[in-house]
Amino acid sequence: MAGTSAAATALDPNGPLVSVRNVSKRFPGILANDRITIDFWPGEVHVLLGENGAGKSTLVSMLTGFLQPSEGQIEVAGVPQDLASPQRALDLGIGAVYQHSMLAPTLTLAENVSLGRSWWRRPDRRGIADEMRKTAASVGITIRPEALTSALSLGERQQAEIVRALMRGSRFLILDEATAMLTPKDAEKLGNLMRRLAQDGRGVVFITHKLNEAVSYGDRISVLRQGKQVGGLTPERLRAMDKDEARDEIVRLMFGARTASSEMTKVASAPRRRIDGTEKPILEILALEVDDDATPVSGIDVKIRPGEIVGIAGIDGNGQVQLAEALAGQRPVRDGRIYLDGVPIEDKSIGARRNLGLSYVTDDRLGEGIVGTFPVSLNLLLKQIGDTPFWKHGLEQPLEIARNAEEKVSAFDIRTPGIGTPAGKLSGGNIQKLLLARELGEKTRAVIFAKPTYGLDLQNIEASRNRIREAADARKAVLLISTELDELLELSDRIAVMSQGRIVGIVDNNETARQRVGELMSGVGE
Amino acid sequence: MALFTEAFLTALLAGAISAGIPLLLVGLGEQMSEKSGVLNIGIEGMMLAGAYTGFLIAWKTESMGLGFLAGAGGGMFVALFMAVLCVRLGLNQIVIGISLTLGAEGATAILHYFQFSRTYPRLPATLKWDIPFLHDIPVVGPALFGREPIVYFALFLVSVFAYLYRRTHFGLALQAAGDKPAALDSSGVDVLKVRAVAVLTTGALAGLGGAFMAIVGAGIFVPFMTHGNGFIGIVLAMLARGRPLWVLGGATLFGACLSLTTALQVAGIDIPTDVIQMLPFAAVMVVLIVLGSKANLPVSLGTAYARGER
Repeated sequence: MAGTSAAATALDPNGPLVSVRNVSKRFPGILANDRITIDFWPGEVHVLLGENGAGKSTLVSMLTGFLQPSEGQIEVAGVPQDLASPQRALDLGIGAVYQHSMLAPTLTLAENVSLGRSWWRRPDRRGIADEMRKTAASVGITIRPEALTSALSLGERQQAEIVRALMRGSRFLILDEATAMLTPKDAEKLGNLMRRLAQDGRGVVFITHKLNEAVSYGDRISVLRQGKQVGGLTPERLRAMDKDEARDEIVRLMFGARTASSEMTKVASAPRRRIDGTEKPILEILALEVDDDATPVSGIDVKIRPGEIVGIAGIDGNGQVQLAEALAGQRPVRDGRIYLDGVPIEDKSIGARRNLGLSYVTDDRLGEGIVGTFPVSLNLLLKQIGDTPFWKHGLEQPLEIARNAEEKVSAFDIRTPGIGTPAGKLSGGNIQKLLLARELGEKTRAVIFAKPTYGLDLQNIEASRNRIREAADARKAVLLISTELDELLELSDRIAVMSQGRIVGIVDNNETARQRVGELMSGVGE
Repeated sequence: MALFTEAFLTALLAGAISAGIPLLLVGLGEQMSEKSGVLNIGIEGMMLAGAYTGFLIAWKTESMGLGFLAGAGGGMFVALFMAVLCVRLGLNQIVIGISLTLGAEGATAILHYFQFSRTYPRLPATLKWDIPFLHDIPVVGPALFGREPIVYFALFLVSVFAYLYRRTHFGLALQAAGDKPAALDSSGVDVLKVRAVAVLTTGALAGLGGAFMAIVGAGIFVPFMTHGNGFIGIVLAMLARGRPLWVLGGATLFGACLSLTTALQVAGIDIPTDVIQMLPFAAVMVVLIVLGSKANLPVSLGTAYARGER
């Protein structure tokens, strides 16, 4: 490998192609990247791994000129550079291919490539097409430059984007979750292509959630967690391991190896509730299918017994929202059945399901959870507007509404200046408490929690988790959707893993659960 | 049928062209904005500003040519607000568009009042060019080939824009700016610049359309004289699906509806003018119902572009 890298860079033959030095990126309230230092070498496929929100996309945006670092610097071929715009990054030979194609759908591939040339010129469609074909052939692929972009598969579009980057002279290519939406066959093609590019002496950065791909195509691996670089595998170590060892080590880096800071939310080894396996389930989901353009959901079979918490793990966007909305009645069910206490509810309205005892705590708190301009008192009754005793003959009963609000505010410790305060003015944690107060009534039989601690601070996280435990202790059935593995391990009795709209496995929450859920999430054994 | 006499057809076609040229200009302009992803509702105001400045300069200088130039400039001036507020600062295009239209209506009415009080001076009849031989064809000849130079110019613009969209990189950039601005940005083209150029061009064309109404159509300026022509332009642009030739077809059709009153009077048929004047708007609704679902608008139409918001 040393031989090819020496041939690769002109400026500094032995140095890295691109180096990130102590780079931090701050957004209001979030430290997305925390002093990251990584070298990217020519001739290597460098895999970046990390959960959602680990800071991978932010890092990529800084490398491609879409964002600028708050601190630290980026060096290209050993020279510090200010990547102020995408154009500048392109000029420096940094190209990127994203999960979603960056080609205009109504133009042909050749026209897309010709974007950005002198505006009054006639696009040289034929010349560009020939050049594209030649470049594609040089890396062992074939493309159809005259085809309209929207008529092509995502895999074909991404290959075209790589060809475009090569035509611009990119020596450094970033593939940001480029395989996430591809069919296995297309993903393999892309994997072989990136191996080929690295062999030609280019630098490739490959971001993926699938460990099989990381191990198969990567030379070097870096792992990010919560904006920090937490470790990695050098080419020497990676080569010395077989695939299973490497996967275990990566899963440990990504999900395991508890750090001091996460000790604070201590893990109860296994939930103490006793679930009677013979008891009749409260919530029963049978062969559920839900339509969706991006992520259709199918083959969902879950039974939840009284007092049981079933966790749904998975990387964001794998159908969790679609599933939750279908259960709550906010999205039509295509096929399959949902039983609540033995009553089929899949054709019932949102209100009817609620009256039967099904609650849904949404993760879109501001969007669909509350009406921000309404007072706290009304938001607490948002799903019962018109119901007695709060409304009689269509007229508001202010006393009843206020009494209900006072009660809930103190029971759920909602910190608000008053029950007349517009709910939108509360902090995220208190809005979540408001939603919990509304959804966790005595009549509730089953609760769906969607990312219940997402975006909350430690104290509110703990409060929310306690409410979830209480719900289970009160013998309700709980479906807990979360992208945080630690949370699921702390609360759930069983954990189902969702991937591409399907449940790919359900594991009991015991000592090996972390490893097995991590493997299922990362597509091991697909 | 007695209705289809030569006089009637000539009046109808001539009227369709006269009423259709402002629609054509304004529709071509709106089409360009929309292609680039900017929904330009301020176009009615740009048209009115063009009508006012065009009339004023034509009246002061007694030159039609200068009048048209000034009209284009007036429309562009209003468009400048749109470019700064909606493209550069990314404010809501609908709100800004409505304010610009209302603002231009008020401003031109007041300026006109200060200058002319309640009088409405009339411009002399405009110069016409007869095209040799073609002009002698019955019906089509007098209606189409004995017209003001600006008519020929507007028709010529159709092919210019068709060429621009299909045959230049600028056309590709416009389309990418409307469909996937991030793709254009990552190709190293400044999305905001492309959109600003489109909006300013729209302003010039709308202003020209307004000036046509004042200088050629009416010969006078009356406050609010554009009468929703700009809004019909928006409909035309949406229905034309990016093709300038379709704008021409639509403009002629709507122009014919607008001019039917005069033509029917020529034919001696008495229908209340109010009914006739509803025709273009009824036509808009019928066309929208039939073709509206296939309007095929750019994906990013109406959304401001800010880098990094993926």
